[in-house]
Amino acid sequence: MREQNGFQETPAVRKRQRIESIAKLALAAGTVAMLLPLVGIVAFLVIKAAPVLSLDFLLKPPVNGMRAGGVWPAFLGTVYLVLTSLAVATPIGVLSAVYLNEYARESWLTRIVNLAVVNLAGIPSIVHALFGLGAFVAFAGIGRSILAASLTLAVMTMPVIIASTKEALASVPYSFREACWNCGASRWQTIRHVVLPNSISGILTGVIFQVSRTAGETAPIMFTGAVFYKSLPQGDLFAYGLFDQCMALSMHLFTISTQVPGVPDSVSYGTAVVLLGSVLGVNALAIAFRIYLRTRKKW
Amino acid sequence: MPESSASRQRAQVSEAVVEALIRACGLSAVALVFGIFFFVFREAAGLVWSGRISVLEFITGPEWNPVAAAGPLYGALPLIAGTLSVTALAMAIAVPFGLGSAIFISEFCSPAWKETLKVLIEFLAAIPSVVWGFVGLMVMNPLIVALTGAAIGLNVLNGGVILALMSVPIIASIGEDALKAVPDSYREAALAMGATRWQIVYRVLLPAARNGLLAAVLLGVGRAVGETMAVLMATGHSVRFPTSVLDSVRTLTATIAAEMGEAAVGSEHYQVLFLLGTLLFAITFAVNLTADLIVRGVRR
Repeated sequence: MREQNGFQETPAVRKRQRIESIAKLALAAGTVAMLLPLVGIVAFLVIKAAPVLSLDFLLKPPVNGMRAGGVWPAFLGTVYLVLTSLAVATPIGVLSAVYLNEYARESWLTRIVNLAVVNLAGIPSIVHALFGLGAFVAFAGIGRSILAASLTLAVMTMPVIIASTKEALASVPYSFREACWNCGASRWQTIRHVVLPNSISGILTGVIFQVSRTAGETAPIMFTGAVFYKSLPQGDLFAYGLFDQCMALSMHLFTISTQVPGVPDSVSYGTAVVLLGSVLGVNALAIAFRIYLRTRKKW
Repeated sequence: MPESSASRQRAQVSEAVVEALIRACGLSAVALVFGIFFFVFREAAGLVWSGRISVLEFITGPEWNPVAAAGPLYGALPLIAGTLSVTALAMAIAVPFGLGSAIFISEFCSPAWKETLKVLIEFLAAIPSVVWGFVGLMVMNPLIVALTGAAIGLNVLNGGVILALMSVPIIASIGEDALKAVPDSYREAALAMGATRWQIVYRVLLPAARNGLLAAVLLGVGRAVGETMAVLMATGHSVRFPTSVLDSVRTLTATIAAEMGEAAVGSEHYQVLFLLGTLLFAITFAVNLTADLIVRGVRR
């Protein structure tokens, strides 16, 4: 049915517009409903933890069978695990991404490597834990230690570093490489002096994201190096050795909320807030860094 | 000029060394996938080859009780049922919300809102699984008891909701990528025909991005099946076939995490847990491979 003025709304048009606004409203409501728990959880945890939250909680060791005191040994253990695992995963992951983005041609081999990266990222954390137990703790004879746990975490972290590095490398325009080759530079010289310097900030962003992810992992370290409790000399930043077992924030939260009876709510909520705060804080840092890079990108 | 040719030779040698190193690193991912399978299966292999447990009986056995007085029972079926029930509930919640917000963010948002919402989704995805488990234990548990009158709030419902919240960011962000990959010319063509945004979405974009959205859902499934700490803490600890969402269950992942601590290294129980790990590896491998094949199908 046609009105004499083509722009007049017909009932059919009005109906379509009504459906449109209903759909939009429903989708927006769904998105908000999905994100509300984020705000709700963070706020709730912080409120419940408020009585214990202080710098002392972070810097004091737990006392009285982990029912009071702070989380220092666990926090320090997490820092050790994260730094060691990234020290292993970053060079291998970055070089692996360099291979995939700069050397590999379209072939069945490249296809298989890419497939392996995707699948590696999808392997459940508990299977990584079994792998770490079987390969590093038992087979390699490292025993349960920070090193074994970090290597396990490194295997978990690597595929994500490969993916983010690949993206950073791919964002360097191809013409940069061509210009460099035309000057007579070799493939590696081009990568070393042109591609990597131009993508280093993107690579770094990916690594910072991994700091936050690795810090929260629990299952992979449960049987490979994390322990329920370990007393540390206070104020010693180098209290752990590579072959020591350690406490970790994530493991500590699991322990005091499921294995130790009678832990006051505020202590377990406080531990959760320290873990969540560190993870989201580092994540926010990575996001801020990424936004900053995007605004000053030159090409 | 002999000197320069010597230095050039050196450069060529170091170039070759570096290239070999890079190629070796490039293949590390493949080596690791095989390595993980090898080392996880290696611990279980003794049991399988010895014939004390047949793989078929293991997968279809209806009873799991490694410390039964009359001899241990290693039937993984109730654990598989536990994993499936929690995953199914999680997906029933996460798929509509995840895909809905993917559509909203990709098609209905202003660019500024789009960035904000994507960052919030990243934060949601960043919450560690042990914190989710803690929320299930301390927040959802009393809430479910109060709302439903169930005896205990650690059950399929609790685990399902927690897992849904954990999978939703993956489904939303990968789904959004899939929608973004649909060429703008499709949208422009539909707009030119007088279609509304919503008509574009369900007549043009959903069919065009079908495979990518399916892959997003599959990756969400993979995450839910493999999730350990959250379900360990939130689903309760009873091995059984659930008959309602208020039943406690135990999943494959939670069983490994809960029992590995008490199984003596090298014992039959220890080997069976590694066999569970192999099963889990196989399931997630199949899910991820399918998702990848579907995505690549799109690109072709």
